[in-house]
Amino acid sequence: MNRDVTFDMPATPGEWGWASLRSLNHLRRALQYPVLGIAGLLALWWWGGWVIANNPDTMAFASFAPGPTLAAFWDLVSSGQVWSPIESSLHRVGFGLLYAILIGVPLGVMIGYFNVLRETTHVPFQFLRMISPLAWMPIAVLAFATWDAAIIFLIAIAAVWPITYATAHGVQRIDPMWLKVGSNLGANPYHTLRYIVMPAIAQDVFAGIRLAVGVAWIVLVPAEYLGVTSGLGYAINDARDTLEYDKLAAFVLVIGLIGYMLDAICVRLIRRSSYHAQG
Amino acid sequence: MGAAISIDYITHHYPKQKDPTLKDIELTVRPGETIALIGQSGCGKSTLLHMLAGLLIPSEGAVRINGHQVIKPSPRWNMMFQKPSLYPWMTVRRNTSLGLIFQGRRDGMNKRVDALLETVGLADKAEVNVQSLSGGQQQRVALARSLATDPELLLLDEPFSALDAFTKVELQEEVSRLSQERGITVVFVTHDIEEAIAMADRVVVMGSNPGTLKHELTVELPHPRDRAGARFNELKAELMEFFGATRHPAARREDTDATAPDAPEEGSAAAESEPDSESGRRAIRAA
Ligand SMILES: Nc1ncnc2c1ncn2[C@@H]1O[C@H](COP(=O)(O)OP(=O)(O)OP(=O)(O)O)[C@@H](O)[C@H]1O
Ligand SMILES: [Mg+2]
Repeated sequence: MNRDVTFDMPATPGEWGWASLRSLNHLRRALQYPVLGIAGLLALWWWGGWVIANNPDTMAFASFAPGPTLAAFWDLVSSGQVWSPIESSLHRVGFGLLYAILIGVPLGVMIGYFNVLRETTHVPFQFLRMISPLAWMPIAVLAFATWDAAIIFLIAIAAVWPITYATAHGVQRIDPMWLKVGSNLGANPYHTLRYIVMPAIAQDVFAGIRLAVGVAWIVLVPAEYLGVTSGLGYAINDARDTLEYDKLAAFVLVIGLIGYMLDAICVRLIRRSSYHAQG
Repeated sequence: MGAAISIDYITHHYPKQKDPTLKDIELTVRPGETIALIGQSGCGKSTLLHMLAGLLIPSEGAVRINGHQVIKPSPRWNMMFQKPSLYPWMTVRRNTSLGLIFQGRRDGMNKRVDALLETVGLADKAEVNVQSLSGGQQQRVALARSLATDPELLLLDEPFSALDAFTKVELQEEVSRLSQERGITVVFVTHDIEEAIAMADRVVVMGSNPGTLKHELTVELPHPRDRAGARFNELKAELMEFFGATRHPAARREDTDATAPDAPEEGSAAAESEPDSESGRRAIRAA
């Protein structure tokens, strides 16, 4: 939904100053707590690094501390080395999610719509859902010709459940009156789907996708520990083997940052697709 | 042009219900006529209306509109409900246009919708999201949406019962005016005796268990109707009496003197919109 924000035009140029000062103030207030949270996390990290560095048993891992990590991170970014593993990983996650959406949304619509289907699929789906996607690994490797395809399969099988169930939940929440009014107004099944069902469940679908992105991003790294020679998971494993702990920590940082950004995109999509008057 | 309806001996059994909900309902409605259906809660008014709309098929008998048996919903007969049931993700314009979009009548759609919104007094709200409208305004959008497809028949299930007294009277008069201008046949369900007399050409009183048509009252008054007029209030009292006769014996005893205090001294037409049967009874007990 579009919510246009309109600002009153100031009468004199002087008022621009006030307006921008006020919005600066607003910004400060909006950022206050997030900045505090980030500072807390950095402090904890720094303290952890200090403890590790001062303990003779763990001294070898001192480069996990913020200083070396951030230096390595900067190295990765400025040399451009960071992009290739990101690209491979996003490619896998992207396709995994795409398949999960293509399967999960229609499946969820049907489960939400037909009680019989919901009850029939309940036990098998809950059973399948509770199997760790990584448990499928050996099967995936056998079933798919390439490692890439196997990883995409693992991501898809992990991501399909939250999308399916969030979609089904959205369908169940559809006001039956909307459908009644629709058919009264002459809607055919395509109209019902396009003008009534889809907008009604959009928010739930994106909420499901958000959960799916979280799961997919978590499954990705361990899946990339095996077989492949690209991606963030591989990069971490590789850094461990070559004892470059600062680089390892820098990749962990990259994984966190990208995960955060993906989640933020999903949050925006959820907001935009919500039809409720208040965000 | 308004639809002619003939209801031919409808009996309806909901699955798993022991007794029929409706029994031997027979009624003929002339094109352009306005019929009020009134009766106790649970007597099957909504059920009957759903059948007229083609949203429910009777287990026996048939509904015919212009001679054709009704077997599925059609934008030629539109139903409006107690709740406006607008689509909250759409603007007023979009909600109103929907029937036309579904019918593929996009040519000149915006002009049509503008004219309709003008008639229901929402011309300036066309591009606003419907969630920001009041209950009365939302019901107006629902009315405009129902009228957009040029229906021959409007079916209204307690459409104004959730509105305040003033808005209610306004909308009652609006529906009467629009249906007369366009010659639309109207069948509406109400619990409000004044609403029935104010809008209907004929009031049909239903009895319950099983739902049957018990009485008919013809309202010959011209529109717009003077709600303070003597004849208006006479008819109200008469209807109250019919209505009392359909009640359960226990409820009926309280109603024997129910019709009396109702009538002539009622002052302002708008403010004192007739209490529905429930609160009417309460008012009498308090007196
Ligand atoms: N879908 C259904 N399945 C089974 N029984 C139903 C169904 N809908 C309604 N009934 C029963 O049919 C009877 C009539 O219901 P209906 O909704 O038509 O009454 P009504 O006259 O509109 O009542 P109200 O004034 O309270 O709206 C009721 O006893 C109700 O329990
Ligand atoms: Mg009802």
